[in-house]
Amino acid sequence: MEVSTAVRGGVGAAARRSRRRVDGWTVTTVVVALLVAGPLLVLPASFIASPDALADFKGLLPNALRATAVLIVGVGVGTLVLGTGLAALVSFCDFPGRRWIEWAIVLPLAMPGYVFTLFALGTADDVGLGLATVRSSLGAVVIFTLVLYPYVYLLARTAFLSQAGDLMEAARGLGLSRGRAILRVAVPMARPAILGGVALALMEALADFGTVNLLGVQTFTNAIYKVWFGAFDRDAALQLGTMLVSVTLLLLLLERASRGRARYGQASSSARAQPPVRLRGPAAAAALIGPLLLVALVVGAPLVQLAAWSIDSIRDGLLAPEFALAARNSLMLAGMSIVIVAAVALLLAYGRRASPSRSSAAAVRVATIGYGLPGSVVAVAVIVPLGWLDHRLDDAAGIGLLLTGTVIGLFVAYTVRFLALAFQSVDTGLERVPRSLDEAARGLGSDRLDVLARVHVPLIAPALLTAGLLVFTEVMKELPATLLLRPLGGDTLAIAVWQATTESLYETAALPALLIVLVGLIPVGVLIRLSRRAAA
Amino acid sequence: MSVRVTGVEKHFGDTRAVAGVTLELAEGEIAAVLGPSGCGKTTLLRLIAGFEAPDAGEIEVGGDVVAGRGAPVPPEKRRIGMVFQDYALFPHLKVDANVGFGLSRLSSSERRVLTARALELVGLAHKAGSYPHELSGGERQRVALARALAPKPEVVLLDEPFSSLDATLRADLRRDVEKILREAKATALLVTHDQEEALSLADRVAVMRDGVIRQDGTPEEVYGRPTDHWVTSFLGDAEVLPGTAAGGAVECELGRFPIPAEIEGEVDVVIRPESVALGQGRAVRSERTYDGLVVAREYYGHDQLVTVELESGRKVRSRSIGFPIWHPGDHVRVWVDGPVNALRRDSRDKVVT
Repeated sequence: MEVSTAVRGGVGAAARRSRRRVDGWTVTTVVVALLVAGPLLVLPASFIASPDALADFKGLLPNALRATAVLIVGVGVGTLVLGTGLAALVSFCDFPGRRWIEWAIVLPLAMPGYVFTLFALGTADDVGLGLATVRSSLGAVVIFTLVLYPYVYLLARTAFLSQAGDLMEAARGLGLSRGRAILRVAVPMARPAILGGVALALMEALADFGTVNLLGVQTFTNAIYKVWFGAFDRDAALQLGTMLVSVTLLLLLLERASRGRARYGQASSSARAQPPVRLRGPAAAAALIGPLLLVALVVGAPLVQLAAWSIDSIRDGLLAPEFALAARNSLMLAGMSIVIVAAVALLLAYGRRASPSRSSAAAVRVATIGYGLPGSVVAVAVIVPLGWLDHRLDDAAGIGLLLTGTVIGLFVAYTVRFLALAFQSVDTGLERVPRSLDEAARGLGSDRLDVLARVHVPLIAPALLTAGLLVFTEVMKELPATLLLRPLGGDTLAIAVWQATTESLYETAALPALLIVLVGLIPVGVLIRLSRRAAA
Repeated sequence: MSVRVTGVEKHFGDTRAVAGVTLELAEGEIAAVLGPSGCGKTTLLRLIAGFEAPDAGEIEVGGDVVAGRGAPVPPEKRRIGMVFQDYALFPHLKVDANVGFGLSRLSSSERRVLTARALELVGLAHKAGSYPHELSGGERQRVALARALAPKPEVVLLDEPFSSLDATLRADLRRDVEKILREAKATALLVTHDQEEALSLADRVAVMRDGVIRQDGTPEEVYGRPTDHWVTSFLGDAEVLPGTAAGGAVECELGRFPIPAEIEGEVDVVIRPESVALGQGRAVRSERTYDGLVVAREYYGHDQLVTVELESGRKVRSRSIGFPIWHPGDHVRVWVDGPVNALRRDSRDKVVT
């Protein structure tokens, strides 16, 4: 009798514990989401706190709007034409070296805009362009087009390759030439993918700070920087940030709306790709050499020039003494971000899986909102609540300022900005683990945390690694958030590049820039390898 | 009782997946829940395992209430072993680590002994160092079974365990699995849509439809004396003839047969095709046989299904071994050789006969 009541009591206690734990995962995801996305609430709130903060900065807003409009139109058209054209070339034509060119075209992804700007400014005189030509809206449009077209290219190429060949054949049968068939059937069918790529490229362009700052183009991010560092007006900075985010959201909405009611999915499931037409002679040579020259210009030439300058700088002792410190800071920040961001991403993704509910699904959506937000906007959004919290902590415990002006603020900003990137990779990995494995493990006596440690983490190790790699390279090249939030003496390689370039010390900037590009090539290489394997 | 399910209900939105199920499993018993897809049988299994929580009713495993009173006990605390349709073997672990997964609270030496014993039981001791992807489908299933049995659960739950195997392998494995379960003296609950599987493997079959258990009994009972038209046709082919029941017997076109006394009046007489015998010649000409005309024949190798038209014009089917060979147009004698069941006509709901 005693035994049986003891057993019953044990089960009851276990039951009570379990209910708390079931909620525990949802609570965890919701709390994490609020911590990550909460700071962004201060953006719109700034309009209430100080409605006419921008009145002090006459001319800033019209300039920013004008520059933004120029960038949207210029970069939009530029990436659309270049990305779609290249995608059509490798999808519908075959020529010697195509398998190779296909992927070389992606390499500019590894080239941060401000590094290419450094190269452009440093060599402008040598090629007879003149600094004034480069330092213009047109210069910014060209540079953004050159480094951002791969977004359009990748999405358009995937769309072209998945199109059923018989649609193109139907168009040819109706009397269209191959070229006209591509323009009138293949491209319109790929429109959602192409516009999606353009939207991505534009978001990157609008979020950029380094390029426009170095070129003196007065966009929103540049204005935020000015208002923040020039006048320390946080409400004005937040309001500019809010407007920039609104422009980004508007772009996304337009992209969504452009799909309209038409459906672009393939009706036939047995999509047989259109066999590419074989190019010969001069056409084949042009198809090979054109993209090659492009990649040589965007990646090859800068790498060679940066290497030459690096050697000069080392030989002439022009290397800034802070270089070693900056390299160490960059590695430290990027390395620790891997752990923090990947862990938060894993927590969110697994939390939603382990305790599926409306609140955990919503938590994920909220937490990943920060991606695509410009680094400068995230920085000013993060610093306000952190500063408030810091002063409360200081008042309570008298421990001085812990959060602002230390790396903690940076990690918060990196998490807000890059969580979505890591989450996507981790979540895709988790989705590929059958749910029956979770249940099998639980049936065998493992609780959820144990299942995560013994089943999921080993199984999704590659996905975690990819997530870490993406976060690492993003943090390495991140400029505006680091610039606004870095602690004293916390310069990174990216900041070293930017600082030296603003002072026209191109040789000094070269070595850190070279390192950033080389690190950035790793995930692009991984991406290419994974895609090739998927294609094979 | 190893498992006791009392009045359990589970709703998903507007659909009642499980609509008041009561089921008991004695220790050492192998039971099957048999039903068409979407009848709620898998949900019932997941309720017992703890992957879903019931909206009403109570579930006991090994004498402890695990759901229905207070918060449900999580699956890891229920002492159940589960064998999944896709086996759910951990792909990153070798066979022995898979089997030992549920023994992590034991010392490593105990774990090794129990793992080895479980692998021995399923005859796969030589595969301990293999990875799941290196095994055949049948081996994978036996590893899944060993893994479920190793922690000595109160009950092993098997969710359509043979559905991903091809037909020839299935029969062999069914025998193996039954042998292993009997040897381990395990209590097992099997969920399946395959009549043959349920009838051949289980001590008891619960036939489920639309979230409700329609009949629960031995394989012979549910096949031979189904309680309604739907169970009758779900478990196999059946001929339904109009008849009249009175005083423990039923009278129909093919004769007079004893039935349970409680049914009276106009009834449907149910005869399985294998109870319908055919013959020719003087030897079979007696008053309990009737004239028939062969109108169709389907040949299956191990047996044949012959459709015969009776004098009334009604057609009945007869299943027999592939010999003798009947041809359409043959005149035969027809009689009943086997159990006969009678059903009230009002149990006919939605069943096409």
